[in-house]
Amino acid sequence: MDAPTDHDRPLREVAFRGGGFRHQPIRALSIGTFLALLFIWETGSRTGFISNLVLPAPSEVGTAFYDLWKSGNLWDHLSASLARLGAGWVLGTILGIATGFAIGLFSVMRASLAPLVAAIFPIPKIALLPLFIIWFGIGEGSKVGLILFGTFFPTVIATYGGIDNVDRTLIRMGQSFGLNRWEIARKILFPGALPAILSGMRITAAIGIILIVAAELIAAEKGIGAFIQMAGSLFATDQLVAGVLVLSVLGLAVNALIGLAEKHLLRWRA
Amino acid sequence: MELKIDALTHSYDDLAVLDDINLDIRAGEILCLVGPSGCGKSTLLRLIGGLERPTTGRVIQIGEPPEDSLNPLTFIFQDFALLPWRTVHGNVSLPLESHLHDVPRREAVIADVLERTRLSEFRDAYPRQISGGMKQRVAIARALAVRPAILLMDEPLSALDAQTRELLMEDLVDLWQRERFTAVYVTHNLEEAVRLGHRIAVLSRRPGRIRKILDVPDDLENRDILKPGLASIRADLWQQLHDEAREADRQLTR
Repeated sequence: MDAPTDHDRPLREVAFRGGGFRHQPIRALSIGTFLALLFIWETGSRTGFISNLVLPAPSEVGTAFYDLWKSGNLWDHLSASLARLGAGWVLGTILGIATGFAIGLFSVMRASLAPLVAAIFPIPKIALLPLFIIWFGIGEGSKVGLILFGTFFPTVIATYGGIDNVDRTLIRMGQSFGLNRWEIARKILFPGALPAILSGMRITAAIGIILIVAAELIAAEKGIGAFIQMAGSLFATDQLVAGVLVLSVLGLAVNALIGLAEKHLLRWRA
Repeated sequence: MELKIDALTHSYDDLAVLDDINLDIRAGEILCLVGPSGCGKSTLLRLIGGLERPTTGRVIQIGEPPEDSLNPLTFIFQDFALLPWRTVHGNVSLPLESHLHDVPRREAVIADVLERTRLSEFRDAYPRQISGGMKQRVAIARALAVRPAILLMDEPLSALDAQTRELLMEDLVDLWQRERFTAVYVTHNLEEAVRLGHRIAVLSRRPGRIRKILDVPDDLENRDILKPGLASIRADLWQQLHDEAREADRQLTR
């Protein structure tokens, strides 16, 4: 029998059915969505469709922000918030990493502290603010303490989770070359846990911002939270939204900083 | 320095892993340990290297390691065990940092060992940037840097593809020619054992016992797996292992 040829059988290209399920960055659309929303909001306010009492126009928010900037109040409030945030977050992070390491390294620490951490972690820390005021006074102490407390527990959990996930063969390798416990902790466990610690920092930075504002809403004269609280009680919604905007930018900035740190410290990752 | 394994038995809880192992590790020879998977050969290697404590029996060191040996019993691992956050240079440097505090001397050792393993141009690469064969070469460089008296190699070529494995086998033969190192070489690959072993110990399935110790008479450099001599040794090994491997395959893991 002759071998079949192309002539007597139909030819068809195999249809493509792969592709999809992979995200492409569409930058213009990200910016476009944002601008479109602003535009709708502004037109809504100008035409009276959105009442000024309900929501101020973006332009009014812009003006309020400009005034805040111009008067120097922005820096006053922001620096007060940042100082509390910085002190509380740095202390909470350092203590959290240290405790996380203790839990990651020593069975005694794990057995005694890990359940405690798990029990305290889910408590909404803001509920403890009155206690903190009694313990540390109405001033800076209670606010720094609150942030310290709020960032400490997630850091502990991220750190010892990171340590637990370090490849065991790397530890065995360290032991096989005669590295002592401290060297293994410093040269193998810490860098191995660093990705987890840094993603923990992303979370604790957000927690810190939420907590500082909450604390300032309740008891402070200066600070972004206090500014928002003041604006709210005067029904100055434009200032209120401007204050919220500052928080959002603050969150973005902190996130970007941690992103930079990751890029530098974790450059060994693909 | 030599090692003697004396009546060594090991179990995890009530699971017997190794049973009455007696073995001599002689200076300047490569001793291969082959056996079906799960027979405890890697465990035996860890016991030899002091990473685990035997349930009963002992591993005895005969004689002192050379003066300049920084880490007499040095492992080479199947999955390389390189620190991903350190470059090639940094990985080789790691074990030296705890032994050699004099930085210029340390750098000289690193440069020398990278040169010997032909890795000098990759000195600043991260592990993720280099191939599997190259990673294992880095691990070998790291091991050589501490001047081991005995190399403990745990399936060093098993994570590599067949061609890379072939290349690295040649490298190891070359290396042995130059340095005459002592090694315990664990593998499940009979070809590796026949190519690299001066003696080959065959372990039974779990609990691992030594079934037989074969001598391979030929010099390392002119071993041809296709020649009748080696082929018959390989056939003999497979004869020993066949039924054990079949049975081991049917064993439940813990």
